[in-house]
Amino acid sequence: MSEQIAAALHLLPTYLGWHVVLSGAALGLGLSISAPLAVLSARSAAVRWPVLAAAGLIQTVPSLALLALFYPLLLALSALTKSVVGYGFPALGFLPSLLALSLYSMLPMLRNGVTSLTSVDPAVVEAAKGVGMTDRQRLWQVEAPLAAPVAMAGVRTAAVWVIGTATLATSVGQTSLGDYIFSGLQTENWVLVLFGCAASAGLAFVVDQLLGLIETGLARRRKAPMLIGLGLLAGGFVLACAPILIAAAKPPGYVVGAKNFSEQYILADLMGDRLEAAGARVTHKSDLGSVIAFRALAANEIDAYVDYSGTLWTAVLGRKDTPPRAQLLAQMTRELKARYGVEVLGPLGFENAYALAMRRSEAERLGIVSIADLSVHAPELTLGSDLEFLSRIEWRGLQGAYGLRFRAERQFQPTFMYKAVTGGEADVISAFSSDGRIAADDLVVLTDPKGAIPPYDAVVLIAPKRAQDRRFRGALQPLIGRISVQAMRQANLTVDRDTEKRSPAEAARALAQAIGAR
Amino acid sequence: MIRIAGVRKTFDGGAVAVDDVTLAIAKGEFRVVVGASGSGKTTLLKIINRLIEPDAGSVTVDGRPVAEGPAPQLRRRIGYAFQGVGLFPHLTVAENIGVTPKLLGWQPAAVAARVDELLDLVALPRAFATRRPDALSGGQRQRVGLARALAAKPEVVLLDEPFGALDAVTRDTLGRDYRQIHETLGLTTVMITHDMMEALLLADRIAVMRGGRILADSAPGDFLAGHPDPYVRELVDTPRRQAERVAALAAQSRGMGAA
Repeated sequence: MSEQIAAALHLLPTYLGWHVVLSGAALGLGLSISAPLAVLSARSAAVRWPVLAAAGLIQTVPSLALLALFYPLLLALSALTKSVVGYGFPALGFLPSLLALSLYSMLPMLRNGVTSLTSVDPAVVEAAKGVGMTDRQRLWQVEAPLAAPVAMAGVRTAAVWVIGTATLATSVGQTSLGDYIFSGLQTENWVLVLFGCAASAGLAFVVDQLLGLIETGLARRRKAPMLIGLGLLAGGFVLACAPILIAAAKPPGYVVGAKNFSEQYILADLMGDRLEAAGARVTHKSDLGSVIAFRALAANEIDAYVDYSGTLWTAVLGRKDTPPRAQLLAQMTRELKARYGVEVLGPLGFENAYALAMRRSEAERLGIVSIADLSVHAPELTLGSDLEFLSRIEWRGLQGAYGLRFRAERQFQPTFMYKAVTGGEADVISAFSSDGRIAADDLVVLTDPKGAIPPYDAVVLIAPKRAQDRRFRGALQPLIGRISVQAMRQANLTVDRDTEKRSPAEAARALAQAIGAR
Repeated sequence: MIRIAGVRKTFDGGAVAVDDVTLAIAKGEFRVVVGASGSGKTTLLKIINRLIEPDAGSVTVDGRPVAEGPAPQLRRRIGYAFQGVGLFPHLTVAENIGVTPKLLGWQPAAVAARVDELLDLVALPRAFATRRPDALSGGQRQRVGLARALAAKPEVVLLDEPFGALDAVTRDTLGRDYRQIHETLGLTTVMITHDMMEALLLADRIAVMRGGRILADSAPGDFLAGHPDPYVRELVDTPRRQAERVAALAAQSRGMGAA
């Protein structure tokens, strides 16, 4: 317990720093757009309705989706600027997070801003005109000071929302306090999840209190609380930025990507350790979505990550056929190089395929061994899947080949999917063949006699710009063909199990030892 | 000093507020415009300092058309006080009074001296300078409002029912005090009221408005002598009756005192 907290604390300066920088920048940008918009909206009813409606509409988009939607948008924009002015910009990480959070911060600032400005006593407004103030003088000398306390309350609300929502930036590859929550959720490390929540809530609370101090100062027209609040906010911001600035001053290193499950964290740490052992500096971008990870690699935003042949074959290359394992691997390697310049360094030696799995007792009771057997009983059974399986081409392939129709289909985070099958909320799950929990939870993997599920060799992918980097390839090459499915299952289990949990980094070190690649 | 010629104003929705009004106000005159609510009297006043822009007609102040140049510049040389007062709640009494001189770029010392002068003029203690408006009574607030209107030494002052929200005694005192200031400073004042008694007591000349038009425009004495328009007669009858009744009561009490 205390070891976990010590490990979490070690990461805090970086995570908190990025969280503060991201939230601060988003609030600043949001405020600098919202303030003039609020003034315009307060002056003109014709502007007010569309502006407030648009801000309200943005708020109804789930924040995770808003963040994710900026990625393809920025990618397209980046491609455009690259073709027009010769420079692109990173579409992953800080920029999409900043834009989404800024948009998210605008509704409370706009609403309070407009309300505060329109509720200034009409007699005071008339007097301001009567004494000979211009529109601008009236705004700055009369309306702004009178509206400030209510407007400030909007900034407080926005700050709390943005600091909370910034934890989701992790999903588009921006380091934040959300890294604790996402990786904790994936590895069932509840201490880590709680730590992330507490850190983010604590930050939100402190910022809210300091902004409250400024609000009090504005309302009572006293300078002292305003200056104290502003000073502490500015000081805290600079202090939180320091670790990032120090890190940024060092030469840029390699970026290792990972999708959002334990095996990916372990393999990313394994690759990172080898690169560091070769004397390179390494940063991690974890919790990337399946398709985002590949695009980021193709765009040189990450330098390496592990993906699976079947996923690349169907999701990236859009293929519907299922050639034999070796043929698929060879063809995929050629096509990824030709189409995207992405290099397949080689397979790690194990498969992590989608596999339908059941509780052993249930399978034996119903006499189910293969997916063909399952299709008979499926109408009485419930399928539990991860969040992407049901929309993937492999599922359609399985349905087509075996005519599978379940009584119900339910989606879970991978962690909760295993809980669901052991707890009886699901009878069949879309498990992963390298998952240690299959053996640990006493599940059986159903055979696929028709070969409907494509092979899923884990392969190391390298970004186009690292294709000729000898040191980089040299550090990763020894991993190729060395990891057996047993070794991977064991490593995964040590992270996923409920007791004596290991962190992905610890599991990576143990795995390196087990395969003799230290 | 002020010439209003053929001024017309129709609001959105078609209501005619001011209907072809022509009026001349002489330098040094205390002109009161009397009318019921909706008669267009406030609109007419606000057209003078361009808080409202007319649809047709012209206004000149001291020979210069008000439409010339930016409106804020015009308003800085015309005093303006109204029933709502509209003191700036975030500023002190001194800052409220000094606002127009400051806009005109006066030196801080000159502004401070002017504030003291004006507090004396409107009979408020100088210690009030540092107070906030919420610490003042209604009558004191209106005195500050008047001081603010006079701060930049305007020659023309526009008053929109400035004493309307005050109790009868305060209202009378303030009215007489202002009339005194008007004399002392040689101002040209246009005051709006719905109260004929107030108009009769303060004005050099009274204009009666109804439905956006001027029904009558004469010296107070002429109104008491009788007027051909029935509405105007009715307006004058009420204060006259009240005055006669009060006079009769006074005579009676004197008689009783003598007996």
